[in-house]
Amino acid sequence: MAASRLQVPAEVRRGDSFEVKISIRHPMETGFRVDDSGKPIPRNTIREFTCRYNGKPVFIARLGSGIAANPYLRFFLTAAESGQLSFEWVDEAGERGDALASLTVVG
Amino acid sequence: MRVAALLFACWAAGAVAQTRAIPATELRSGLTFGSAELRAMQADDFANPGMLWVERGQKLWQTPAGPAGRTCASCHADPAASMKGVAARYPALDASTRRVIDLESRINACRASRQQAPRLAAESEDLLALTALVAYQSRGLPLSVTISEGTRETFEQGRGFYYAPHGQMNLSCADCHERNWGRRLLAETISQGHPNAYPAYRLEWQTMGSLGRRIRSCLFGIRAQMLPYDDPTLTALELFLAWRAAGLPIEVPGVRR
Repeated sequence: MAASRLQVPAEVRRGDSFEVKISIRHPMETGFRVDDSGKPIPRNTIREFTCRYNGKPVFIARLGSGIAANPYLRFFLTAAESGQLSFEWVDEAGERGDALASLTVVG
Repeated sequence: MRVAALLFACWAAGAVAQTRAIPATELRSGLTFGSAELRAMQADDFANPGMLWVERGQKLWQTPAGPAGRTCASCHADPAASMKGVAARYPALDASTRRVIDLESRINACRASRQQAPRLAAESEDLLALTALVAYQSRGLPLSVTISEGTRETFEQGRGFYYAPHGQMNLSCADCHERNWGRRLLAETISQGHPNAYPAYRLEWQTMGSLGRRIRSCLFGIRAQMLPYDDPTLTALELFLAWRAAGLPIEVPGVRR
């Protein structure tokens, strides 16, 4: 369940803020649902989502059972240096997902 | 002779069109009954969660399956070219079995015969992803199924099911979607019940689902026996629904309540 879609501008001017969008395929099970045979489906949501800019954490979100399935996150960062944006998330079952994007800072 | 045949074709098409309960000018996609937020979610290709399945479908298209090690792309190359307009014609007559099949069954038939791969289960992530990918190539194109000699019987079976009362509430599909569309059913507005957005992401399901699943939800709602996914009546109803909505543009991946 590591599938995701990511959108980051390819090029940003130094000092400008830019938008990051990510949508993650995850059922975000609340623990309140039952399957077709009536058995409860155990709770499993994404616990924590981290975005690192050149290795440094710049955005952290703690998600829970109040967030709908397939969370869609949008946030803004400020461009400093060219480099890599890495995204990582982990759910309650311990499964990890990640995504990478490279960013070119001009000016 | 050719002119006469053409005139006859126009007359025949007109005769069929006249029997539609909702005229073409009054057809409304289910999207128009949704909230502004819902419409915005479908319109934005990034916010639309259905695109997760389309992208998964793109990966599967290139992934070998079965002992032959063939991918979908081995035969069909780029889906953007080869699959354009295909979904608009389904459900359609399968030439080899002489049966009407929907897009999901077409994909599974292709897997079984060309790839010798196991069939994908109904509503499985992979089947939904491939169906969404194929139907996505027809986005914006009008639904245009063919009612011909080979499909007429199935079509009539679908029409029969549509107008027959079902379940404990003794309701037919037409009771809601033809006689009462646009009116309120508790918090919801009743739609015209068109299939042009499916497979769609439904907020109630929190996931993608096929038209078959949507129809089953309706049957559940009216306390009727739910048709199994492989029931030919379900395909017949899908054919009737596609004919009834002919001209409406495909919206896959749609987003619905």
